[in-house]
Amino acid sequence: MMAVVRVVLAALTLVLGASAASAHPHVWVTATSELLYAADGTVTGVRHAWTFDDMFATYALQGLETKQKGVYTREELAPLAQTNAESLKEYAYFTFIKADGRKQKLVDPVDYYLEYKDTKLTLHFTLPLKAPVKPRDLQVEVYDPSYFIDFQMAEKDPVKLVSAPAGCKFGLVRPSDGGTVAQTMNEQTFLSGGANANFGMNFANKISVECP
Amino acid sequence: MTPRPSSARPFLTCAAILAALLAADAASHVLLAKSPFGAPAEPQVGGIVGWILAKQSEFYRQMSSTIRAAKEDGSAVWWLLAISFAYGIFHAAGPGHGKAVIASYLVANQETAKRGIVLSFASGLMQALVAVAIVGIGAVLLNATAATMCSAEKVVEIASYGLIALLGARLVWVKGSAFLRTWQPATPALALAGAPAAAVAPSAHDHGHAHDHQHRAQHDHHGHDHHHGHDHHGHDHHGHDHHGHVHTQAAAHGHAHHDHVHHDHVHGDDCGCGHSHGPAPSELAGPGGWQRGFQAIFAAGIRPCSGAILVLVFALAQGMFWAGVAATIVMGMGTAITVATIAVIAVAAKDIARRLSAGRDGGGALIMRGLEFGAAGLVLLFGAGLLLGYMAAERTTCF
Repeated sequence: MMAVVRVVLAALTLVLGASAASAHPHVWVTATSELLYAADGTVTGVRHAWTFDDMFATYALQGLETKQKGVYTREELAPLAQTNAESLKEYAYFTFIKADGRKQKLVDPVDYYLEYKDTKLTLHFTLPLKAPVKPRDLQVEVYDPSYFIDFQMAEKDPVKLVSAPAGCKFGLVRPSDGGTVAQTMNEQTFLSGGANANFGMNFANKISVECP
Repeated sequence: MTPRPSSARPFLTCAAILAALLAADAASHVLLAKSPFGAPAEPQVGGIVGWILAKQSEFYRQMSSTIRAAKEDGSAVWWLLAISFAYGIFHAAGPGHGKAVIASYLVANQETAKRGIVLSFASGLMQALVAVAIVGIGAVLLNATAATMCSAEKVVEIASYGLIALLGARLVWVKGSAFLRTWQPATPALALAGAPAAAVAPSAHDHGHAHDHQHRAQHDHHGHDHHHGHDHHGHDHHGHDHHGHVHTQAAAHGHAHHDHVHHDHVHGDDCGCGHSHGPAPSELAGPGGWQRGFQAIFAAGIRPCSGAILVLVFALAQGMFWAGVAATIVMGMGTAITVATIAVIAVAAKDIARRLSAGRDGGGALIMRGLEFGAAGLVLLFGAGLLLGYMAAERTTCF
């Protein structure tokens, strides 16, 4: 009797498949990230520039009133930029920062705006750290845990250190480079409450900065 | 048949189902967790899930450029349709609640493979049409912004989850009472078949009391009994002859000669489906079954796929809305093929279970009812989980 039930439920499980798992990406973002340093050598935040794929850009711009068709000024895009900045909070800005292994808190974004240039829509925003830090080892990961958005660091100048102390060096591991999974296996993985919640980690971009 | 105390059997079955459900749950987690956890040295998401994700992304990403191309060259529309179709197939093979709800629904009910296929296609078509309606009304007619359409999407989403939960709750109620009904009469029947009547008299007696209560509550339904009583199995007769309660009750209605029939049917009416006579398997296949089936596809299919909405809005902006609509419908059909395959597997799995359990005295029916009850519970869990946010479906494009 148990065997019958087990057979059927095993089949059912296969059939239902990965019901709770994450989605595949619907939005593609090409990102550049600048790490901002203060004069005393502390890291104060990250400035992101995220360029959306044309399908999502079209969707985001749908129904926006503009003076000139196909031209979107920064002012016309301001309400949308605000919506973006506000809704990003729910997703922790897809930015996960660790200083010497300790997770850092971010506060609401500042200096955010949308730019429409050459049919590309780019969201610019700065994420200040709640408390500036001066770690030997800084790690910044950019990814969507649910993998609805696929983040790729730009080919050209993906990462910049802005007024960083001399001797600071950065490295970037892209998801396509491999190795991110091993390196992102940390307590966050186990705290997140389930394997699926962090599926997108497989597609994380990992920036690490070492300062003397 | 084993002379095991019969009352232990249902508990064992119940425990088995529970254990199996937990095991199935754990198994699915292991299955899903495989890529992130199973092989930490592997840099990429591997296996079937990874492959499906990669294929989906590939097809999806090609859609925007193909729509652009179709603007210049009409023949690119065919390519667009081909991509959309492939995308639909892979999209449904990936994680999603629609097929889970439909498969569970099919297992919970006594559905045929044919009906599973029809329901899958109806659901896929409905999903496509809802997406077209949202973008058609929102963007084309009202020139609404993405934020507005997104709100519409969210409302529809919540409605869908609520409907799934409701459907699940109803199935749990119906299947739960069917399960209990199979369980209760099984006690005296098994006992009588396996042991001398005298040995089981006390248990049979208790049993009679329970039935009597049901009877009182339901006696205005006795009119149906005449029609359907004859189909029911005779094993309950034995239990009956032992007590006077039922006889008295039946006599009051002038149906003394029908008392065993009455008894059976009172339970059938318990299911709360008004005048219809309980979910006897053969009856579910009737015309009413279709109506029930469409409740399932409505619940599962009303929520559009975020991808379809994006494609439609993009096509609209390119002045190719019709191409977007065609792509969306083809996408829905692709999705339906996968869901239908899964539906057929689900129905087949249940048939195997039925065959395996058929030779098992009274226990077989109990397993089947328990299985249906479990599947009904899954539908409820999906609905509640999605509604309460424990289970993440595909995110809406609000951001």
